[in-house]
Amino acid sequence: MNVTSIPLHYYLALSSILFTIGVAGVLTRRNAIIVFMCIELMLNSVNLSLVAFSAFLGNPTGQILVFFVMTVAAAEAAVGLAIIIALFRNKQTVNIDEINIMKW
Amino acid sequence: MNVELTFFFLIAVLAILTAILMITRRNPIVSVLYLIVNFFCLAVMYLLLHAQFIAIIQILVYAGAIMVLFLFVIMLLNLGDETRFSERANLKKMIAVGLASVVLLQILIGMGLLTGNGSTSLSPRATEMGTVESIGKVLFTDFLLPFEITSIILLAAMVGVIVLAKKKFQ
Repeated sequence: MNVTSIPLHYYLALSSILFTIGVAGVLTRRNAIIVFMCIELMLNSVNLSLVAFSAFLGNPTGQILVFFVMTVAAAEAAVGLAIIIALFRNKQTVNIDEINIMKW
Repeated sequence: MNVELTFFFLIAVLAILTAILMITRRNPIVSVLYLIVNFFCLAVMYLLLHAQFIAIIQILVYAGAIMVLFLFVIMLLNLGDETRFSERANLKKMIAVGLASVVLLQILIGMGLLTGNGSTSLSPRATEMGTVESIGKVLFTDFLLPFEITSIILLAAMVGVIVLAKKKFQ
């Protein structure tokens, strides 16, 4: 049988640390593109925990879910970057402190 | 400490280090390059979990396609260093990092990771589960409808991107 010595909670701890770094990046950075990259980092950390659970439970559904998450992330990245380009064309900046047209 | 565990810690430290470097660098292009290294580390993690298909997709789609898109947009907008972005809000940043560590603590306690009595052995099915063949079999039988729906999502995203990024949209 295939026995490995890496416990499940190591993967989960790594995944939660990466998620937290992503949260810290979203909260601290002012550049819209870097905020967007931090969101990708958070998506990836959740993917890691999904794959870890899938491998430890012996159920392929987790890996299928990761596949769908990656598809949606690709669509999301394309749409988000198009929005950033449209914003930059109108406001000449990607600083999220200066983009407040939705504020009332 | 055996070889596999040492390798895991090496890759995990590299992943955390590149993630921290990614959110602290001023230049967005350097950030993108660190994020690509981070994605490669995650692909190695997937290989350790015997998920070969996901590892390859991670490198092809994330490190290959999505990150090239990010680099392309950064170079298109000609973003330099963030010198003109305000850096005086240091108290706000410290509060943000504190809040993020509270989130980490909550996740660690909520999942019972600090007590650490997790399973140490992969499922015996794990080795044959992550291959392209078995993933494809599940994808095209049990998950056929969601698979078809993702193609509609991609089409909608494509149309939306063309409309959004057009020169003049009214």
